Amino acid sequence: MQATNKAAVRQDWIEIGAVDDIPRLGARVVKTPEGDIAVFRTADDRVFALRDRCPHKGGPLSQGIVHGHRVACPLHDWKIALDTGEAVAPDEGCAARFPVRVEDGRVWLSLMPDEGCPNA
Amino acid sequence: MREKLVMIGNGMAGVRTLEELLELAPDLYDITVFGAEPHGNYNRILLSPVLAGDKTLDDIMLNDEQWYADHGITLHKGKKVVRIDRARRRVVAEDGTTADYDRLIIATGSNPFIIPVPGHDLPGVIAFRDIRDVETMLAAAREHRHAVVIGGGLLGLEAANGLMQRGMDVTVVHIMDTLMERQLDGVAAGMLRKSLEERGLKFLMPAETEAILGSGRVEKVRLKDGTEIPAGLVVMAVGIRPNVELARAAGIHCERGIVVNDTLQTFDPRIYAVGECVQHRGVTYGLVAPLFEQARVCANHLARMGIGRYEGSLTSTKLKVTGIDLFSAGEFQGGEGTEEMIFQDPGAGLYKKLVVRDNRIVGAVMYGDTLDGTWYFELMRDGTDISDLRPTLLFGQAHHLGDSGHGEVQRVAAMSDTTEICGCNGVCKGDIVKAIVDKKLFTLEDVRAHTKASSSCGSCTGLVEALLAHTLGGDYSQAPHKKPLCGCTEFTHDEVRAAITGNGLKSVRAVMDFLEWKTPDGCSKCRPALNFYLVVAWPGEYEDDYQSRFINERAHANIQKDGTYSVVPRMWGGETTPAELRAIAEIAEKYDVPTVKVTGGQRIDLLGVPKETLPAIWGDLAAAGFVSGHAYGKAVRTVKTCVGSEWCRFGTQDSTQMGIDIEKMTWGSWMPHKVKMAVSGCPRNCAEATIKDFGVVAVESGWELHVGGNGGIKVRVTDFLCHVKTPEEVLEHCAAFLQLYREEAHYLERTAPWVERVGLSHIKAQVVDDAQRRRELAERFWHSQKFAQVDPWAERARGAARHEFTPLKQVG
Ligand code: SRM
Ligand SMILES: Cc1cc2nc3c(=O)[nH]c(=O)nc-3n(C[C@H](O)[C@H](O)[C@H](O)COP(=O)(O)OP(=O)(O)OC[C@H]3O[C@@H](n4cnc5c(N)ncnc54)[C@H](O)[C@@H]3O)c2cc1C
Ligand code: SF4
Ligand code: FES
Repeated sequence: MQATNKAAVRQDWIEIGAVDDIPRLGARVVKTPEGDIAVFRTADDRVFALRDRCPHKGGPLSQGIVHGHRVACPLHDWKIALDTGEAVAPDEGCAARFPVRVEDGRVWLSLMPDEGCPNA
Repeated sequence: MREKLVMIGNGMAGVRTLEELLELAPDLYDITVFGAEPHGNYNRILLSPVLAGDKTLDDIMLNDEQWYADHGITLHKGKKVVRIDRARRRVVAEDGTTADYDRLIIATGSNPFIIPVPGHDLPGVIAFRDIRDVETMLAAAREHRHAVVIGGGLLGLEAANGLMQRGMDVTVVHIMDTLMERQLDGVAAGMLRKSLEERGLKFLMPAETEAILGSGRVEKVRLKDGTEIPAGLVVMAVGIRPNVELARAAGIHCERGIVVNDTLQTFDPRIYAVGECVQHRGVTYGLVAPLFEQARVCANHLARMGIGRYEGSLTSTKLKVTGIDLFSAGEFQGGEGTEEMIFQDPGAGLYKKLVVRDNRIVGAVMYGDTLDGTWYFELMRDGTDISDLRPTLLFGQAHHLGDSGHGEVQRVAAMSDTTEICGCNGVCKGDIVKAIVDKKLFTLEDVRAHTKASSSCGSCTGLVEALLAHTLGGDYSQAPHKKPLCGCTEFTHDEVRAAITGNGLKSVRAVMDFLEWKTPDGCSKCRPALNFYLVVAWPGEYEDDYQSRFINERAHANIQKDGTYSVVPRMWGGETTPAELRAIAEIAEKYDVPTVKVTGGQRIDLLGVPKETLPAIWGDLAAAGFVSGHAYGKAVRTVKTCVGSEWCRFGTQDSTQMGIDIEKMTWGSWMPHKVKMAVSGCPRNCAEATIKDFGVVAVESGWELHVGGNGGIKVRVTDFLCHVKTPEEVLEHCAAFLQLYREEAHYLERTAPWVERVGLSHIKAQVVDDAQRRRELAERFWHSQKFAQVDPWAERARGAARHEFTPLKQVG
């Protein structure tokens, strides 16, 4: 019963707020029972969502400095690409990526992480 | 359609240029490379260790054919270009292969100089330049017993040593009376000769070759004085000549080398040249470090980011003969207008000479112990005024800086593979050496990126550099004369600061636009630096860009390894009251703070607070009269004090009150790095004032002021600044010193390295000797404090920056 519920929640798009609620070159956190999701906004107003857990030692990526389409982890300065969740070489690893879309200035998030990253 | 880029010469400088270019603009060009040698690109420097048997040819390949394929580069190996047709923009190789270009790079290196004595063309007479030469030498070593090396310079000695390692009986014939005369003075050259002789090399010098004799193959060498030496192999290592024939034949202006400008373009702007074939501002180079700097600038220009300029390089030399440590740089011979500082211990085989002009190091020779070579070279490159270092300069860097975390390990060669080099990231010598070899790393930045060694606190930087030099041989001292602020710009810290104040730039964006930043919005290195420079330049006017601050400063609390935060309220001068303690106790209980700890800075830390709780806990602290302790910031941290004259039987002044006054004056101020202060009541110095950024020691007649101390990674004892009589003077000197530091230091440079970089005399001149200047500095500090002394915690407790502390949404 619980499992089906969870699946239902995960597939849906959830409205999480306005783009302007997220500071430009910054991030906010969405809290979920499965853990925090970091929602980033870049200088060109693109919005990205990643598991708020650095592939290195779990640092909260939402607290990092956003530059270009990357975030620098606050703990040891790994750079993570926001569009793929992958650590920038030579570091290796990736943070799970969650689909986001922006409609009329509102941000919608899916809790179903994209395939292909162990850090879901 | 992509433009066509053709490169002639598949050597170290050329391929390095391509690597840099691919990094910056991977898709800009269709690239074609011609290389006369039948190999991919290899590390020519390491031919010496290959000859000596310390490395194999496989070890020294840098880019194999797969690399060219992976990057879509057409490689014509084993094809020598014989003509450049500038009218048709086409190059033609020996076998008829052609390639059209839009832009061309000439990177043809040098040709070894062969003395045209009779017999120089006999089989068995070779130079020492490429893989084929090494193969010839190895074959000769198997079949012949005697070798003669003509030339006692760097290459000659490395060849001689290698051949000796391979079992040959080697004689070096040198025309001068000392070895390596272009790098060593007489004393060091003598020591070198002695230790090479002890290993079994023979020297004939000064001696000149008259002829090489043999029928069908070399058999002996005859000198001018008639001596004849048997030789189954002759290696000529008497110098190199830039390889310019091809360029010259194409009508490109050449002197000794191909003449290029600061963007590495020849007189035909479509044609670039890099490497040993180049002459820049009248100078040709024969070592890789400067060539790599050229490569970087050339790639920059090819990628159409034309802001880089090559302004020439200082070079230094090391000899790659295992067990012999020598280092040389700059005007090592001294001469008019210079003084020489010499340290000599013949028993221990040590020799160091520094050549100094106008209090700046302009040259160095070291023999026996070269660990400090990197340091001297840095002082030389930066033009550091060494007047204040004179008493201990010759004893090396370790003498005046204590190093924590490395025990006494200093000499990399002697370390075992399991010796920990980087204490922060737990990286051992073996890991670093393996990465350097396997991943073909060349620079400190490469090693940092791949191994993390020295990427945290940086105290092991010197050791990592020493490991690089040791593993690679040769001098990889890379840092160009001018160190850019970060990879996003070519400008230095000082240039950026000057641009901000000089051009009235008042936002991070404005600075980036004005200075043509290479990235859209900087990186985690430059943004905090720019933000700080703007804070200092425009107090009261500039609106802090919190998105450019590191998380600790953005959230006004210190992030911990588990993502929670610590809260350290100010406790003025380390003094407290029962009421304050009670308030802290109650707040700690109310919020279930897991750990309460007395810090090393005389105050109390509440550890393990979740981010969302911060504003509430701060609100309660503010209500009890506390303000932020800035334990998280590049800011004024603590002012430690001792009990002083109020209680202590030895106290000479009220050190506690002095400390409180200093802290009340300075709290809230942003700094290039953290600033710690202390006031002791007498020279027993219980507050440890002499390892603080600004330390005060009370004496009967007043107060002694000390600056530039550091108790962290590299312990540094303060320098004495001056003696003053009244507390008011203490405060004014303190404000002036801090303001000078704020205005002049580089971001993330603590007072200790700053004082060492600019020299104590410079600071005294502004803060002590010139009363008016001191007053102005202090006034500027006090002015900026009007805007800085706003408690960030109370502000946030009242609702400022709320988004920072609340989730965007809670799901489920
Ligand atoms: C809490 C405290 C340890 C303690 O439990 O006592 C501490 C904790 C940290 N120190 Fe410290 N240092 C503390 C006193 C010191 C002292 C002693 C002192 O100030 O008298 C030193 C040596 C003195 C000095 O700095 O010259 C000290 C030298 C360092 C260094 C090395 C600095 C250097 O220039 O070499 C670092 C690393 C850095 O700043 O890059 C550091 C960094 C840190 C950081 C910020 C590491 C980090 O980035 O997370 C730690 C933060 C913990 C936290 O969240 O609170 N801490 N640290 C002390 C806080 C003092 C305070 O009340 O503000
Ligand atoms: C044995 C040895 C030890 C050394 N040790 C050190 C050291 O310890 N530290 C240090 O800093 N430096 C050292 N050097 C010097 C260093 O190797 C050179 O400075 C560096 O390799 C020069 O790079 P380059 O690209 O200019 O020339 P090269 O690396 O020589 O590359 C030029 C290439 O161009 C090719 N070429 C030339 N003409 C044509 C043509 N017409 N068509 C096609 N291809 C052509 C050549 O075959 C060659 O492969 C050493 C050199 C040698 C030989
Ligand atoms: S508190 Fe200081 S010494 Fe202790 S682990 Fe952290 S940084 Fe190192
Ligand atoms: S946890 Fe992110 S860099 Fe270490």
